[in-house]
Amino acid sequence: MKDIFDRGENRKKDFSEVPSDRERREFLKMGLVVTGVLAGGGILSLVSNVKKAYSLDAYRDEYPYKPHYAMVLRQDRCIDCGRCMEACVKTNSVPDYGWRTMILKRKNPRSVDQIMEFIPILCNQCNNPPCVRTCPTRATYKDKIHGIVMMDNKKCIGCKSCMMACPYNARYYNETRKAIDKCDFCFETKLSQGMNNVACAEACPADVRVFGDLSDPESRVFRMVHQLQKPVWVLRPELNAKPNIFYTKG
Amino acid sequence: MALISKALMSPAIKAAYDRVASGGRLYIASLIFFGVLLLVGLAAGVNALFITGTRHVYATYREIPVALLISTYVFFVVASTGICLVSSLGHVFGVKNFVPLAKRSVYLAIVTILAGFLVIGLEIEHPFRMALYNIISPNFSSNIWWMGTLYSFAVVFLTVEFIFLLTEGRHRQAVIAGFLGVVTEVAANSNLGGVFAMMHGRPFWYGSYFPVYFILSALITGCAFIIFFVFLAQKIHQKPMDSATARALESVARLAMLLLAVMTVFTVWKILTTSVGSPSAATAMNALLIGPYAFNFWVLEISGGIIIPFILFLVAKGKNMVMMFVASTIMIFSIFFMRLDMVVVGQIVPLYWDLGVVEASELHRYMPSISEILVVLGGIGFCALAFLLGEKVFDGFKK
Repeated sequence: MKDIFDRGENRKKDFSEVPSDRERREFLKMGLVVTGVLAGGGILSLVSNVKKAYSLDAYRDEYPYKPHYAMVLRQDRCIDCGRCMEACVKTNSVPDYGWRTMILKRKNPRSVDQIMEFIPILCNQCNNPPCVRTCPTRATYKDKIHGIVMMDNKKCIGCKSCMMACPYNARYYNETRKAIDKCDFCFETKLSQGMNNVACAEACPADVRVFGDLSDPESRVFRMVHQLQKPVWVLRPELNAKPNIFYTKG
Repeated sequence: MALISKALMSPAIKAAYDRVASGGRLYIASLIFFGVLLLVGLAAGVNALFITGTRHVYATYREIPVALLISTYVFFVVASTGICLVSSLGHVFGVKNFVPLAKRSVYLAIVTILAGFLVIGLEIEHPFRMALYNIISPNFSSNIWWMGTLYSFAVVFLTVEFIFLLTEGRHRQAVIAGFLGVVTEVAANSNLGGVFAMMHGRPFWYGSYFPVYFILSALITGCAFIIFFVFLAQKIHQKPMDSATARALESVARLAMLLLAVMTVFTVWKILTTSVGSPSAATAMNALLIGPYAFNFWVLEISGGIIIPFILFLVAKGKNMVMMFVASTIMIFSIFFMRLDMVVVGQIVPLYWDLGVVEASELHRYMPSISEILVVLGGIGFCALAFLLGEKVFDGFKK
């Protein structure tokens, strides 16, 4: 992990007439960043690795939670079958007037290959969550162990300021719970029961959603985020909310 | 003890009752009318919160989670801050011309905060949880927590100040309580601006503009409310305005003109800076300038909120009270919609607008529901009822 980010020292060592592997990788990475920007549009401001997704030093070498739950969405694999949404509704008793996850559709009429692409969205479980900052009663909070943005329903006063603050439209008011509801990475229904995957990822036939522990170098999410061959980005990175939902293609 | 208090209070209460009862037909009819409005508004809010559910009777939804009721709350509490600030120029900061406004203004500041609390109490889903968890589980990083807490303290300080103002020989204590009231009102007001200003996912709101704008806007609203209610008070008491009060209103009108000029500069810069900002903020501004909110903006906010009142104040020269009353009425009406536009337009651009997805390709729409309108009328009913009763109970806030 350290060698990935420790470029300052290595750049000097690698500076020679023959391009090193590292220089080739840097060049490739730069190309991927540019490609990513073009593919993602203005708001996505793509990044090619976790260093840029987490620009602060604190997030370069370690993740603040253990397990540090995260999800990588392999966007180009999504076929909009909706099974993730069905599984989420069933597992978490989501009413018909709300959603915890959904799939956005983008039309690309001038594209030479596929016209439509699909972008699954859910709560980004931000490390710097605007919803938590704005909640007057701490009804929504960042769990100190696993980092999931949770709800303490009994404290929710229904002011809906968290809905205003969330940059990802991830919250709605649930009449049955008498509180704001949101994705909790199936913590209540699965993770806290000893299971280790979330309903939407389990239900996906195309393996779009990869859920896991970003603090574990052996996990799939870690390896997908910490590679240089494919672009990895987050939604609305300019807000500095530090999401734990990553997107990739290819 | 009860007998003693009854013996002491009875004459005062009886006198107040007599003043109310002898107010005349129009006065009594107004009391009944605004009382009914208050009850209907309360019924609509209670139905929404505890019987039918807000999702079924309020027009807010996931993408526009707050709208008319929050903007009405903002309207009332910002007015309270303004009334408090303008009147404090006299009885706290010693500007003589403003001194005659003190008692009535402090009373109006309390009434308008309570009207705001009434409306927001019928807007949030669990007002009783709020009363409990705001105290036992506070979030000090939340602007909403600070805003609510500071406004609650402001009510206490203003009430103490009002009691001291009514009590002989307590001027010094009244000034201290008044000063604390002004400080908490301004801090609460600025935090209210901060609620919107710190929503960095909503570019139309985000930035340092709103906390400052809210104080300026409060002062303008305060001027309008004071002129409006002082004029009406003279009509209720059916007496000509005394020269000190007339001079005070002249000063308020001049202050209003200055503030309206400053507001024009603020508005121009908000338009210019937002127009070159993020696509989302620029789209929202576009909706305000030439889109679905253009009528509200140009006719109400700009013409009714700034230009027409400025001209009327200019022509009235601080002497023509009827013209000043008309100006303040137009201002109050327009400012109500100014608040609504600020709250709604900040949310009409979908959060995924820049992503270019089908689901976020159109602006969100909002049209208030009957229940929301009734709750607003309930707030107005409370405010008017409290004003009418206050004029008689406190006997025109005489010295």
